[in-house]
Amino acid sequence: MRGLLACAAALLVVSVADAALHDLLAQNPFGAPRPAQAAEPEASGVIGWLLAKQSEFYRQMSATIRAAKSDGSAVWTLLFISFAYGIFHAAGPGHGKAVIASFLVANRETARRGIALSFASALMQSLVAILIVGISAWVLNATAKTMCKAEGAIEIASYGLIALFGLRLVWVKGRTFIRALQAVQPVPAIAGVPHDHHDHGHHHHHHDAHDHHDHDHGHDHHHHDHGHAHAHHHHAHDHVHDEHCGHSHGPTPSELAGPGGWRRGFAAILTVGIRPCSGAILVLVFALAQGLFWAGIAATLLMGLGTAITVAAIAVVAVSAKDIAARLSAGRDGGGALFMRGIEFGAAALVLLFGAGLLFGYIAAERTTCF
Amino acid sequence: MGMRALFGLLLAAAMTLAAGAAQAHPHVWITATSELLYAADGSITGVRHAWTFDDMFSAYAVQGLESKTKGAYTREELGTLAQTNVESLKEYAYFTFARADGKKERFNEPVDYFLDYKDTVLTLHFTLPLKNPVKPKQLVLEVFDRSYFIDFQMAKDNPVKLVGAPAGCQMKLDRPSDGSATAQKLNEQTFLNGENSNFGMMFANKITVDCP
Repeated sequence: MRGLLACAAALLVVSVADAALHDLLAQNPFGAPRPAQAAEPEASGVIGWLLAKQSEFYRQMSATIRAAKSDGSAVWTLLFISFAYGIFHAAGPGHGKAVIASFLVANRETARRGIALSFASALMQSLVAILIVGISAWVLNATAKTMCKAEGAIEIASYGLIALFGLRLVWVKGRTFIRALQAVQPVPAIAGVPHDHHDHGHHHHHHDAHDHHDHDHGHDHHHHDHGHAHAHHHHAHDHVHDEHCGHSHGPTPSELAGPGGWRRGFAAILTVGIRPCSGAILVLVFALAQGLFWAGIAATLLMGLGTAITVAAIAVVAVSAKDIAARLSAGRDGGGALFMRGIEFGAAALVLLFGAGLLFGYIAAERTTCF
Repeated sequence: MGMRALFGLLLAAAMTLAAGAAQAHPHVWITATSELLYAADGSITGVRHAWTFDDMFSAYAVQGLESKTKGAYTREELGTLAQTNVESLKEYAYFTFARADGKKERFNEPVDYFLDYKDTVLTLHFTLPLKNPVKPKQLVLEVFDRSYFIDFQMAKDNPVKLVGAPAGCQMKLDRPSDGSATAQKLNEQTFLNGENSNFGMMFANKITVDCP
């Protein structure tokens, strides 16, 4: 819940900042000319507004870079626009927002790790864009055709990686889910005792970020007294626990902190971060053509920062929603554990679907158009 | 909160993510003018487009091209690029969709194509001949990119010309932004309907020509 509130607050801050930016640009002589209102697509609602905003910021970038050629102070406007564009743009397609959120939910990651992943992958995206343009356009003076082909190849590779990544998650989570299903099947009931609340024990690591819920290890031996007002009286289910859940139920907090956890996180960063944003590439080439490559690099990094903030906010919302679900379902007799394993499996399947959809063009989002 | 409400919440979250993954915003802006070409007998033979790219994309497109004068490109120097352009446009059906009295019409490969570079922007000129010239009562021509990577806007002045059209033909242009009845309104519902591949259709420019 705190995450949701924080996110709502962040959105509010963004809208206020946006309004302020508008005033600023209206007064700044180096702010690019505002696009005519008639040119805006007839779009209503939050999504339409987001689309309109990012187009607006994006279109101001080229004029601002031109202005920066003769007036250095326009660079500040450029950085500000890039940052704002990043924030709005990430709310749109790509940028692995869906992949990161699904990955976090599937792997029961913490919000903190979600934020770290978001920032790392956005930084990598920026660096890849800078490298592509730096090497191909600046060093090799390659043509747009060559660059676009390289971009297209990286794009396909990245979609393939997402699909592979999803496949692996589906495999791991599918097995856990099936095991949870079997656990719910009427394993000859021991005097009608439900078999699944031993699973409370596995939720502990979601609560890392929620210090008010301090029910660490060992509580599965006792009657729980933290909010599940249900009448599960102490069952000795330790052995059931081992049998059903064994080793395959996600990382413990110590594993997450360890090198293994970061290696897995690195796979996510690579999967999402390898694909550069077409917008960044265009801005970089344009800046290069104006003889202001460094301004393009700065803009790209600021765009990445803005992107990271949005993706991180979405990641936190996803993790919080899942934590709430875990807490609510933990209080239920039967099905609670199964429900959570189901959500994790669903999230894993979502990653696979995104990857496959992007790869085979069913999701038309951000396919680079070379022409 | 019941399990069902919870499930609803999660579903909504998933849909938001899915919808997010589905929309694009344009990276290329094209200001277009189009001419409908008529034969002497009053049938439509093709479309001649002139597409002016935004300056960011123009700079990108000429990157690495050689020119005698720095910052200026002749039609000849842009020849290969123009060829690449029209060849690659085939995959996207030239972003041009024609229906004659409701029936879909196809185009042959472009002819008479070239690029010019003026005031730091590129303009691509090309003619799309119709496979079979038609003489319909109503011709509808739409110009848009389904994936909305490219934003098409018809030029402010003289966006559409009828060249050699029989007397009495009436042209109407529906821009995506003028809020007319045919331009669909965008709202959350539209985005969540899942018609991802036709997302860009909401930004289509629709030219309708009615002839007696």
